[in-house]
Amino acid sequence: MTAEISETGIGKPARRKEDFRFITGNGHYTDDINRPHQTHASFLRSPHAHARIRSIDISDAEKAEGVLAVFTGQDIARDELGGLICGWTVTSKDGEPMKVGPHPVLALDTVRYVGDHVAMVVAETREQAEAAAELIDVDYDALPAAVSLASCQNGDAPQVHPEAPRNTCFEWELGNKAETEAAFSKAARIVSLDLENNRLIPNAMEPRAAIGEFDKGTGDYTLWTTSQNPHVARLVLSAFVGVAPEHKLRVIAPDVGGGFGSKIFIYSEETACAWASAKVGRPIKWTGNRSEAFLSDAHGRDHLSKAELALDADGKMLGLRVKTVANLGAYLSTFSAAVPTYLYGTLLSGQYDLPAIHVEVDGVYTHTAPVDAYRGAGRPEATYLIERIAETAAREIGMDPAEFRRKNFVREFPHQTPVIMNYDIGNYEASLDAALEAIDYKGFPARRAEAESRGKLRGIGFSTYIEACGLAPSAAVGSLGAGVGLWESAEVRVNPTGNIDVLTGSHSHGQGHETTFAQLVSSRLGVPLDDVEIVHGDTDKVQFGMGTYGSRSGAVGMSAISRALDKIEAKAKKIAAHLMEAAVEDIVFENGTFTVQGTDKSMAWAELSLAAYTAHGFAGSDLEPGLKEGAFYDPTNFTFPAGCHICEVEIDPDTGVTKIANFVAVDDFGTIINPMIVEGQVHGGIAQGVGQALLEHGVYDPESGQLVTGSYMDYCMPRADDLPSFRLGFTTTECPSNPLGMKGCGEAGAIASPPAIINAVTDALNIREIAMPATPARVWAALQARQPRAAAE
Amino acid sequence: MSVVAMTVNGKSVSADVEPRTLLVTYIRDTLGLTGTHIGCDTSQCGACVVHVDGKAVKSCTMLAAQAEGAEVTTVEGLAQDGELHPVQKAFREHHGLQCGYCTPGMIMTAVDLIRRKPDLDEETVREQLEGNICRCTGYHNIVKAILAASNEMR
Ligand code: FES
Ligand code: FES
Repeated sequence: MTAEISETGIGKPARRKEDFRFITGNGHYTDDINRPHQTHASFLRSPHAHARIRSIDISDAEKAEGVLAVFTGQDIARDELGGLICGWTVTSKDGEPMKVGPHPVLALDTVRYVGDHVAMVVAETREQAEAAAELIDVDYDALPAAVSLASCQNGDAPQVHPEAPRNTCFEWELGNKAETEAAFSKAARIVSLDLENNRLIPNAMEPRAAIGEFDKGTGDYTLWTTSQNPHVARLVLSAFVGVAPEHKLRVIAPDVGGGFGSKIFIYSEETACAWASAKVGRPIKWTGNRSEAFLSDAHGRDHLSKAELALDADGKMLGLRVKTVANLGAYLSTFSAAVPTYLYGTLLSGQYDLPAIHVEVDGVYTHTAPVDAYRGAGRPEATYLIERIAETAAREIGMDPAEFRRKNFVREFPHQTPVIMNYDIGNYEASLDAALEAIDYKGFPARRAEAESRGKLRGIGFSTYIEACGLAPSAAVGSLGAGVGLWESAEVRVNPTGNIDVLTGSHSHGQGHETTFAQLVSSRLGVPLDDVEIVHGDTDKVQFGMGTYGSRSGAVGMSAISRALDKIEAKAKKIAAHLMEAAVEDIVFENGTFTVQGTDKSMAWAELSLAAYTAHGFAGSDLEPGLKEGAFYDPTNFTFPAGCHICEVEIDPDTGVTKIANFVAVDDFGTIINPMIVEGQVHGGIAQGVGQALLEHGVYDPESGQLVTGSYMDYCMPRADDLPSFRLGFTTTECPSNPLGMKGCGEAGAIASPPAIINAVTDALNIREIAMPATPARVWAALQARQPRAAAE
Repeated sequence: MSVVAMTVNGKSVSADVEPRTLLVTYIRDTLGLTGTHIGCDTSQCGACVVHVDGKAVKSCTMLAAQAEGAEVTTVEGLAQDGELHPVQKAFREHHGLQCGYCTPGMIMTAVDLIRRKPDLDEETVREQLEGNICRCTGYHNIVKAILAASNEMR
């Protein structure tokens, strides 16, 4: 047993417990579930970016074969259901709360983006529901749409919501403005850069799906849904939308095929399936297809920014000034207001000792799909900005970009930035040095020359990033506008036979919690990994939880488990002391055995577990039978994963194709429980970063507001041959604010890599800026624009 | 409706389905073999790959009727006598899956790939995976797993 435990202990690459069901085709994703007498739903979506609905004629659809019901926004309004909400209130710099337009589950009189929800058809089969949806006759009065982010705030732009003049939801600011102005007035040099952070479409491989079921006898609703946070979904659906009271609504998020943020949010489809299941009196299933996912999953990023960096004569950063316009889409999605504000502005100090920062962000509505958190959420935008301008500044003052960064690193901790965050610990030079070594920075000029001899342009780019994870101290986020606390819960139930169920409020949709969390429990209690079951994703089993996003499950979710384990251990020791007639202080618990110090008296874990439930020996003590403990863990600070990514690209000047020749990532995630899983998270994150930098772009036609990139034929997903194998390294400073020293690893790759790649591309092309994605066409155009200048020199 | 019969994972099956029924729908809905997934509607993602008469096929791109009389293998039929296929083992050993959604299609593609090209190298694997999208792994460990399985099966 000991050997087995050591193979699966903390820091060991235990193979995943969840894999067997997935590699044998026995996973249980939402669409794999079928309920007795289930019906099927299809949603009619708006073909217009902006239109008034004059009338909806459902009579033909209602009569179609197999149709059980057709619902419109009026039916939902008649039931007095609330709209979908944004759970974070941002306050503008003039003290006004953000301006929120209503977000009905099904449109009432106006549609506001292509794909907006107009009606729901419920039928015996999916095909019948889809066919009937086409028979619904909607009389639209098509209106001009505000599509372009650059012009949506103009006085003459079409209005998305009357509540928000100039389509402006909020005008937010953060930082020390006066100090920033002062820093710029004494700067020896000011570097400025206009940046676009491209719109991305998340594309988890499992499309969203839902099954709503109503029990007539009890009045209970059950909703199976593709969610990263089933308890939050239940809370929103009960407290705000009013589908059912919280205790009458069970939300189950079974196996979920990837999320990346897009499955945090509460959408119209699952809301409607739950609500309508009572109307129809039978379970209703909806499974989105990929085209619907493109249209109606919340998109990510989409910023336009102007950044200015003030430097002194020695290249020391003095101040940063940023103005950003952030696209929120047509409606505020569940956390959308927080993403371009508190998850963005607070990270603009990067790894640098920057005494003055002032950032202004306008959150704006457009007639496009809602925009919300996507892997990294705000932090990739901040990192892109600071790392692009840092590299540009280094080039402009003729300093090596690595040395320029080194000169400006924060070196003393804790470090208070001008933008809220208090960095607790880190060693930025260590990860920079390890990355320089791994990529053989000294050898780069030779590699560049060799590439040149083959007619290729080789460039190198850096990104020394920081992010904030471990969302988050509840009091802190509450004071910043969050509608919820961001703690996590755990319950450890020891069974009489000694095996263990652990209930967690975190949710796994690829992260491998069933293994990592079990490793913690197994190594703490000295039981084999297979004796630990991690239970998640069901509001009837787990009391409450905040779910998985923001790389929070390790730092917050596992900290909660660790706290519950402390309590288990304490009670178990009390039981052991009582049964072995010793003082609690004399009980030692090691490798699954309780011993009385200095004696040969001992009890094995299983023996003690059984004794806890028989309780035969408890007479005369104040011990309660059983062995089950819970904990709510509320973090005291954010955690700050950081590191250095370096990318080398080779560009073919004839085709404009960029190839990633070399990619090194050195990350400091604090304590690592399972390096195999952590590396996998980094790989996946970098791949999404490569996608953003070189391939992916969500594009709307600027006039019609039609989504031009609505399928895998038009939206370029990273494929295996677009990517290299990555080289990873780790440096470690343990996080001081949580019991395990963990920081979080899920988003780092997506946060760090885009600026490294674009810095490499601009280096190879010897240009100042290129917009993401740096597609072959853009690279080729940049080369053509460059050549005459080069020739003239 | 028309009767479509085939052999799936070694068992004869037959069902009365609409003529337009896709093979993937037949497998998932009619036979209840939900290991085969659907990730797109443009035949791009490969989540639905199965073997038809020994060849990897995107089952969303084929009518069930076109597989009439064929031998079909899905991911559920890959393990033999309780023993995982070397490709399944390699995916687990090398962490070639995260959320698991692309995995059945990846594994079925990989088995076919190793059969077709016994001398695989990284570049070939990456090229040949063009028709399978994974959003989680960055392909790094999928490529590693396929190369390891190919070595093992040599
Ligand atoms: S579902 Fe068949 S290729 Fe995507
Ligand atoms: S493992 Fe999630 S899509 Fe490949």
